[in-house]
Amino acid sequence: MTRYAIDGRGYEAEPAPGQCLRTFLRDLGVFGVKKGCDAGDCGACTVHIDGTPFHSCLVPAFRAAGRTVTTIEGLSACGDDLHPMQQAFRDAQAFQCGFCAAGMIMTAVTLTEAQKADLPHALKGNLCRCTGYRAIDDALHGRCNIAADLPGQALGASLPNPFTDAILTGRARYTMDVAVPDLLHLNVLRSPHAHARLVAVDRAAALAVPGVVAVYTWEDVPRRRFTSALHEDHLVDPDDILLLDNIARFAGQRIAAVVAESEGAAEAGCRALQVTYDILPAVFDPVAAMAPDAPLLHDKDHVEASSNIYCTLQGEIGDVAQGFAQADAVYEQTYATTRVQHAHLETHGSIAWKGEDGRWHVRTSSQAPFVVRTKLAYVMGLSPRDIHVFTERVGGGFGGKQEMISEDLVLFATMKLGRPVKWEWTREEEFIGATTRHPMTTRVKIGARRDGTLTALDVEVVSNTGAYGGHGGETLAAAMASPLAAYRCPNKKGIGHAVYTNMVPAGGFRGYGASQTTFAIECAIDSLARQLGIDPFAIRRRNVVQPGDTVESIWKEPSDASFGSHGIGECLDIVERELATGNGLAKPEGADWAEGRGVALAMLECGPPTEHRSGADMRLLPDGTYHLACGSTEMGNGITTAHKQIAASVLGTRADAVAIINADTDRTPYDTGTFASTGTVVGGKAVHLAAQAMEEDILDFASRHTGVPRDQCRLEESGVLCGNRRIALADLHAEGTKVDHRFMVTRRAYLSPRTIAFNVQGVRLAVHRVTGEIRVLHSVHAADIGRPINPMQCRGQLDGAVAMGYGWALVETMVHDGAGRMVNPQLRNCRIPTFADTPRTEIHFADTTDRIGPLGAKSQGECGINPVAPAVANALEDAIGVRFTHLPFTPDRLFATLSAA
Amino acid sequence: MNLSTIVEVRRPASFADLRDWHAGCSWLAGGTWLFSEPQVAVDTLIDLDALGWTPLTVTEAGLEIAATCRVAELHAFAGPPEWRAVPLFRHCIDAFLMSFKIWNAATIGGNLCMSLPAGAMISLTAALEGVCTLWPRAGAPRTVPVVDFVTGNHANILQPGELLRSIHLPASALAKRTAMRQVSLTKLGRSAALIVATVGADGSDFLLTVSAATPRPVQLRFPACPSAEALRGALDARLPRDAYFDDVHGSAPYKQHVTRYLAEQIRSELA
Repeated sequence: MTRYAIDGRGYEAEPAPGQCLRTFLRDLGVFGVKKGCDAGDCGACTVHIDGTPFHSCLVPAFRAAGRTVTTIEGLSACGDDLHPMQQAFRDAQAFQCGFCAAGMIMTAVTLTEAQKADLPHALKGNLCRCTGYRAIDDALHGRCNIAADLPGQALGASLPNPFTDAILTGRARYTMDVAVPDLLHLNVLRSPHAHARLVAVDRAAALAVPGVVAVYTWEDVPRRRFTSALHEDHLVDPDDILLLDNIARFAGQRIAAVVAESEGAAEAGCRALQVTYDILPAVFDPVAAMAPDAPLLHDKDHVEASSNIYCTLQGEIGDVAQGFAQADAVYEQTYATTRVQHAHLETHGSIAWKGEDGRWHVRTSSQAPFVVRTKLAYVMGLSPRDIHVFTERVGGGFGGKQEMISEDLVLFATMKLGRPVKWEWTREEEFIGATTRHPMTTRVKIGARRDGTLTALDVEVVSNTGAYGGHGGETLAAAMASPLAAYRCPNKKGIGHAVYTNMVPAGGFRGYGASQTTFAIECAIDSLARQLGIDPFAIRRRNVVQPGDTVESIWKEPSDASFGSHGIGECLDIVERELATGNGLAKPEGADWAEGRGVALAMLECGPPTEHRSGADMRLLPDGTYHLACGSTEMGNGITTAHKQIAASVLGTRADAVAIINADTDRTPYDTGTFASTGTVVGGKAVHLAAQAMEEDILDFASRHTGVPRDQCRLEESGVLCGNRRIALADLHAEGTKVDHRFMVTRRAYLSPRTIAFNVQGVRLAVHRVTGEIRVLHSVHAADIGRPINPMQCRGQLDGAVAMGYGWALVETMVHDGAGRMVNPQLRNCRIPTFADTPRTEIHFADTTDRIGPLGAKSQGECGINPVAPAVANALEDAIGVRFTHLPFTPDRLFATLSAA
Repeated sequence: MNLSTIVEVRRPASFADLRDWHAGCSWLAGGTWLFSEPQVAVDTLIDLDALGWTPLTVTEAGLEIAATCRVAELHAFAGPPEWRAVPLFRHCIDAFLMSFKIWNAATIGGNLCMSLPAGAMISLTAALEGVCTLWPRAGAPRTVPVVDFVTGNHANILQPGELLRSIHLPASALAKRTAMRQVSLTKLGRSAALIVATVGADGSDFLLTVSAATPRPVQLRFPACPSAEALRGALDARLPRDAYFDDVHGSAPYKQHVTRYLAEQIRSELA
């Protein structure tokens, strides 16, 4: 054995010959070292060897022998105290999901003053998908973004994430951060072909690989079709997936699972499988896929003939033809958006086992554990009561974890084999096998009178849902809803198709279809204004939907969405004012640099039109503090902080006095899932109701106990004031126990009605006419999100959403070859925004308090992404007079347009 | 990532121990590429660190860079004042997509042997007229200019089992004036074009090196700094549009366009 010194402790161990330091450390229980990419691109695994930082995924483990290894867990040499850098990250709250924090801190502590002065360079090797890097920049400049946790003042206070210290010291346990005895590892073989029938799978060689325990194919699994999309109502998505299928419909589809004693053996087993394919014709373009002779993906066995059109939505209000006849100006253009990946830093993965209680337990990284439970019960033929699905810390979601794509196979394998089974996805699998944003092509025709009043809006959307239809209908519905409803226009018409193709399936992604048509419509509005000689702010003010208007897109149906508050006017004013005031950053010198400004707005109906519900349990504990259980998922969205704050504000206490557990089907009430902007408006509503019920319960008991009339009892931080008498909550609890009063309440919340939020993005940029380089000079965002429950977190959510918007507009490109295989499934080749790519955005809030949302709040994490890409496109046209209609605006694509013009 | 196919790591202490080679062997230098992708054809790693090669050796003839020299070591190098080209080391290293943490592990030799179009150490050592010393499996060492060592995207002249021992940068090239430009589709991203030119103190011997935009480095040599027209003419004669490298880091037409643009900028800077 060889001696290794890690975080001040000695280990006698021997790594496998090709083992990297990252997994070696984790095998020794040092789970603070994270895996974001396992390829040297993301920096989450950064450790120090003899004081020098390395990406431990690239270091052969044997090279650490005899040297001093320091990880996040050993950074602070003084016991539980935080290292000054950890403290700086705490004060600035320089993380959201926290998965990148270990590597970010381990990098930051090594920076010289010169490097700190050039963070874009210094942080090249550290990716964060949540924060937009603004809070990280704050940490490295010693800025404090948090407020004190004072009794009764939690609402509106910038309180830190309750798991801060655990996250920043590496103690927080993400999905894979547990050592499970007797664990088996699952890997899948993925189809190299975009469309193929599996004729035969010869498992003999795979089963002969030492350590391989089992091989599963379509011949072994239940033949129940399901959808991997997670919704309350499973009927909104098509049941078109099998656990394992004998038809591969995209390159990357899992076609066989190998379970083995080690990951390496499972990988070797996958390589040893001999698969005979009957390759079928494939179609990748949705328009081609709609042609009558296109290869058919799903034979749905319906009465009608099948086609690749999964769903068509259409409608018309007013008379669009007449509206265009009334128009003085008509503009028409077709826009295209791209397929991008969520790239949450924690990849998908699950661990399943049979508990001593005889039930099946699934530890996972999900935005909707309850729906996963329901779906697993259906697929495996179990009762939901026999399944426990839970999360601990989740490393980012953004819609990518609104899918059941890892839990099913581990549960299946553990049920077959009786041993715990783990499946941890690679970064490459995220790109080729997980879901993406739906690429959509949107034709917009828009007409207005001379004064800018819209007379007609006509939209045609073709959405590429890929090989499976999960989220295909709902994203299409979202695409045809709020972006059109945002404008008052008597005549609107739309048709949209979600089409199956042999591409990687699309799914839910922050913005959820609305991002795509917001891009199209906000570009079209801008061009129309230009055509009419009207200011882009003015045309939006003139036409944006107002209280009193019917909020409708293309359907004359009653809607449960209405204005609980209306801050779009203020948002437009803020962005216009800030862009006019400027930030002092001049365009680079030289005639080749052109400067332009752009604006775009986005509207969000807060929550999905589909069913959504949540629940919260509250208890008073014997020590006089509270316990809150809510099913919502915390994945960096800050929902646990917000829920604690809502409860604490109702109960007049500190947020710290409310312990919380979330997203656990055994320990929290049912919750549909944390997606579609529901964490605050549904989960938060349940928490609000439960906290109110808790207060009632305490005061009722206190009144009965003391004989003081109920209206003379008042709940305070840690006690109840009954007339002149003060009883500590701990004492009250003890009194209650004597008479079997349990101080337990539960409440449920349902999403309806829905309020409406707005976001406005302003961009001033410079573009180089020759190289096509774009520099964002001034980025301003205003959000109408009601009363911010936690301003720091709301700002952080918007920072992250806007950064993701810039990524979509300027950086991210998934490239597939003519056979439907992804060309660049690595973060170094399929880039997500780095620190250098991400402009610092000024975030402003409209001063609104909502009537509908809990405590005046509205949704805040989702919609900020939507106006960014069109604002950039509008600024580009303003700068150089050319309309770019296809994302992303990379320099070579700008050049292609400019050189063709 | 774990390379689960590896069954043996050899750590030879001397050149003589390097001789045993089979098809599944791979030299291990920094490991930063090797460990970044599955290497299913490899079962044996031969660790070059154990050889203890001196990273950088300054002689009157120039600079000898061991293949195992870390990028960080080259970044920290300060040469004699008459070597006016030394700041180019840092400029090229800063052009890497990789972070400074990778510099601590990645080697100059590894970057050359990867032979990617955007290999900034290829750009640097080619521009400074570097010469590789190769150790074949049998026979005497051979030398080859860096510009001829790389033959295409991820392709070079190394024979199976042959080892890149070092790169020699001649003092004459290190004494030249230099100019460098780089563009990327993203901020501080992978190079779409990295263009370097060197010229003698007396204005003679203008050498333009095009890299990243082309599958392999391409050099144009002029007796003295050429006119804009002469440079553009020579560039287009040598590099028609289809000679540019089309990939996710930039289309070929774009790379041609920026190569022309940056080459002219460099020319006028050095003129």
